[in-house]
Amino acid sequence: MYKITQLSIFLENKRGNLYNTLDLLAANDINIRALSLADTTEFGILRLVVQDPVKAKKILEEHWYIVKNTPIVGAELDDTPGGLSSVLKILNDEEIDLEYLYAFTHEKTEKAILLLQAEDLDNLINILTAYKVPLVPAEEVYNL
Amino acid sequence: MWNEEIECMSREDIFELQLKKLQATVKRAFDKIPFYTEKYTNANVFPEDIETLDDIVKLPFLTKDDLRACYPFGMFAVDKKEIIEVHSSSGTTGKPVVSGYTQGDIDNWGEIVARGLTMMGLDSDDIIQNTHGYGLFTGGFGVHYGAHRLGATIIPISTGQTRRQVEIMADFGSTCLIFTPSYGIYLGEVAKEEGIDFDEIGLKAIGFGAEMWTAEMRDRIEETFKTKAYNIYGLTELMGPGIGMECCAQNGLHIAEDFFYPEIIDPKTGITLPEGTHGELVLTNLERESMPVIRFRTKDLTALHYDTCECGRTLARMERITGRSDDMIKVKGVAVFPSQIEKALLKVSDIEPHYQIIVTRPDIMDEIEIKVEASEALFSDDIKEMMGVKRKIGEYIQNEIGIAVNVSLVAPKSIPRSTKGKIQRVIDKRNLH
Repeated sequence: MYKITQLSIFLENKRGNLYNTLDLLAANDINIRALSLADTTEFGILRLVVQDPVKAKKILEEHWYIVKNTPIVGAELDDTPGGLSSVLKILNDEEIDLEYLYAFTHEKTEKAILLLQAEDLDNLINILTAYKVPLVPAEEVYNL
Repeated sequence: MWNEEIECMSREDIFELQLKKLQATVKRAFDKIPFYTEKYTNANVFPEDIETLDDIVKLPFLTKDDLRACYPFGMFAVDKKEIIEVHSSSGTTGKPVVSGYTQGDIDNWGEIVARGLTMMGLDSDDIIQNTHGYGLFTGGFGVHYGAHRLGATIIPISTGQTRRQVEIMADFGSTCLIFTPSYGIYLGEVAKEEGIDFDEIGLKAIGFGAEMWTAEMRDRIEETFKTKAYNIYGLTELMGPGIGMECCAQNGLHIAEDFFYPEIIDPKTGITLPEGTHGELVLTNLERESMPVIRFRTKDLTALHYDTCECGRTLARMERITGRSDDMIKVKGVAVFPSQIEKALLKVSDIEPHYQIIVTRPDIMDEIEIKVEASEALFSDDIKEMMGVKRKIGEYIQNEIGIAVNVSLVAPKSIPRSTKGKIQRVIDKRNLH
């Protein structure tokens, strides 16, 4: 229940590509919860958490995008100084290598949500749980 | 003129001579080489069926694959001890083609190149700086033997060491340079940097070949070196450079018709085309002891002309090669086939990715870019892995074709398709046609 389906999308690094992609999703009423973009000079990987990943993936693929579902995990943090570093300290102590992370805040709860990806995601979930870091159920993230 | 008797022979006499030589060649090939015995028997055609030159169309074509299948020595018509030299075409797809030479063949090779060097205005007083590579490539040695035959002085310097080339050119007083157009342009730039004044050096001629070129390239070469540049055509399978060489009229290359019988065919139907029509050049050795090659499809596109040249020669002239009937491209002088790129791409992904080859020449050196459309199989959420895929594609391609390429991963469907959904595999932006 804690595995959030993130969409990873291949994008060529060309002017207008990001806009076109997001515009396509907007036109289809897909709400974006969080976004991160990893890029090289030539191409990038757009990572999205959306309300309805199944629908979004279908729409993107209909438009010839390459989309992969990547499970990630969301941890809730206090939106205060030190919130992020406390979680990173745990991961550091436990020798977990993160692939990447990004975060977003949402107004309702005044909490920040940290999205994490690691090679062994189950292990990451177990460790965060053991340290009592509150994880956000996937459904909750989609429907924030 | 080096050999006026042949070079100005009446067309009638040339055809008669060719028929005699063709009949003898076909008979020898059929008798001595099991490959031809089988091929012609299967096609139900025999040496005695060649009664006129036009009867040559009864003989099946020979392709590069046929020659490759005979690798290495299966096409030899003489005992191996008669073979005194071998050359080889670049092994592009699979095995290369081996070309063998007897002493007689080497002599004939020298003869045809000597004729061509004479057409360029050279004689035994000249100093020829040969920048063609000496090795399995036929370019270097063909010119070498021709220069010996002519009695000129040959500088067998080979390609590279460009500053030294310039120094030698000035110190030795070279009167003729032999190069590939792209190397020539580079050599010209280096010479300029070194402060060489070509008006002072006084070159008599340039011989160039082994690559496709344009009229603009010739203009640039002639402008740089302050002399005329003459086209040389040849291919390893039949002999090497010298099959066709240009005279002072610079209006096509005279084919050494006593040694080669040229035909132009429609590459799609294989039907012979009339004089002046563009099509694929097919060549037959008329006097090759070691390895008679009969009706070889060169894949080079050109047209033939039989009217007497303004230089007085009656030998047929072929136009400069303007393209290929297959999809081969030459990049940095290396033959590249799209099938090789496909092969490399299949090592990275089970499903063949969509790709396009883009060849450019930003300045004087060719560059090759392979655009590969990303696919489910090639895509991962990890940038490091994606960069690894890109690097691997580049490495596999380089292993396959022998030259470095730039790989770019592009979005699916981003390479333009034709209305039939086909991708143009090769975009050659070098403007060589």
